[in-house]
Amino acid sequence: MKAKEIVVMVNGERRRLSVRANETLLEALRGGLGVHSPKEGCGRGDCGACTVLLDGKAVRSCLVLAMEAEGREVTTVEGVGGGKMHAVQEECLARNVFQCGFCAPGMILAAAALLERNPEPSKKEVREALAGNLCRCTGYEPIVEAVMAAAKRRQASKVEGQRSKVGGRKG
Amino acid sequence: MSIAHEFEYERAATLAEALGWLAKPGTMALAGGTDLIAWLRDGAVTPKRVVDVKGIPELQGIAKERGGRWLRVGAAVPLAEVVESELVREVAPELAEAASMMASVGVRNRGTVAGNICSAVPCCDCGPALLVLGAEVVVAGKGGERRVGIDDWFLGPRKTALKLGELVTGIRIPIRAHWGAFAKLKRYRGEDLAQASAAVSVSEKGEWRVALGSVGPVPMRSPAAEKALSGKDAGKLSAADFEQAGEAAAQEARPITDIRSSETYRRLMTAVLVKRAAAQAVARRAGKGVELGVNVMEED
Repeated sequence: MKAKEIVVMVNGERRRLSVRANETLLEALRGGLGVHSPKEGCGRGDCGACTVLLDGKAVRSCLVLAMEAEGREVTTVEGVGGGKMHAVQEECLARNVFQCGFCAPGMILAAAALLERNPEPSKKEVREALAGNLCRCTGYEPIVEAVMAAAKRRQASKVEGQRSKVGGRKG
Repeated sequence: MSIAHEFEYERAATLAEALGWLAKPGTMALAGGTDLIAWLRDGAVTPKRVVDVKGIPELQGIAKERGGRWLRVGAAVPLAEVVESELVREVAPELAEAASMMASVGVRNRGTVAGNICSAVPCCDCGPALLVLGAEVVVAGKGGERRVGIDDWFLGPRKTALKLGELVTGIRIPIRAHWGAFAKLKRYRGEDLAQASAAVSVSEKGEWRVALGSVGPVPMRSPAAEKALSGKDAGKLSAADFEQAGEAAAQEARPITDIRSSETYRRLMTAVLVKRAAAQAVARRAGKGVELGVNVMEED
């Protein structure tokens, strides 16, 4: 089995690495690329701890072959806020919602992907979006609350942004 | 845990290229990979190579075919797109509903309808939905394209009518006015495989179709349940009629006991699934049903 050189955009950065066909994206991230935030929990797509965004969509990196990611964009929790903290991260931090933290990167990415496609989710929609991310510490409620708060905050800042634009034009 | 088995990875840009690879022994097609990669890790499959088919143009998109009588769902379309597609929700509500209850968002963003019926495990959720829809599987091979009726597709657990060297390119669904519902019994809310499932539909002309999942070696129709519902104006069916259809389906089910459920529980719950899904189809017919994707087995 030959190794192959591939290029993957990881958190906005071009990364070149050598992968084997039977290597998963999760292994490539944690091994060759040294990105340790995606965790291996179940290793078969059930727990969501290995969640990353592949071209903006939440996927299980343990169920993606590294070679499949060639030329594509991978976002982990380090890059989800684009250089600063994402609203979901800020709310999680402010509310101290995690305990052991093993599920945190996956939870945050699943929530961030939800808010991209549905900026004003209901609590039920948040629960559905996070249903594939297992947490054994918190009972989920604080995490769901943090995502709801992050959605509200993002909406508020959007409205604020629009207002200032309108104000700017008037001035 | 790593994948111990060694294989080659090839990405097919065209259908011809994919068929060329698949003609070589020991080649398996990879689309969403949500089953295949788990099976590779388990050592359940040991291919010489996997050929990534999800970029092939013929496998993309959801669209009505020319003539407007069939809806085609490309084999590479992720389940998440099936759930959200207005076309699928209108033409094949049972399929959108079944897909919405499968696994989790992270899996639905990769897994496909075609992959689900190619894996062909007894609990596959797309099976019952496609059975009541009367779908066809579009298969490409060396000799060109052939279509397999969904009734002839499932041959046994993990066995389908797909022949060596062939590739599923899409699913065709006949467009006909009907109402439908899919119900799924799981051990808990959130992601789980079905302990039992049922898809039910009633056409404008009052033709009933009932199909069951996870209660036999393959997804199956239940003619006895269909018969129990037929013959009366759908709007005049009573709770007793739905109950009777459920009992008939339970009689026809051929469940086994496994880690998720006992045979007896599966049989008993098949009656409840069919009863509730049939009532839901009638409610939707009257414009009073629950929103698509709300599982009638998880009523609050």
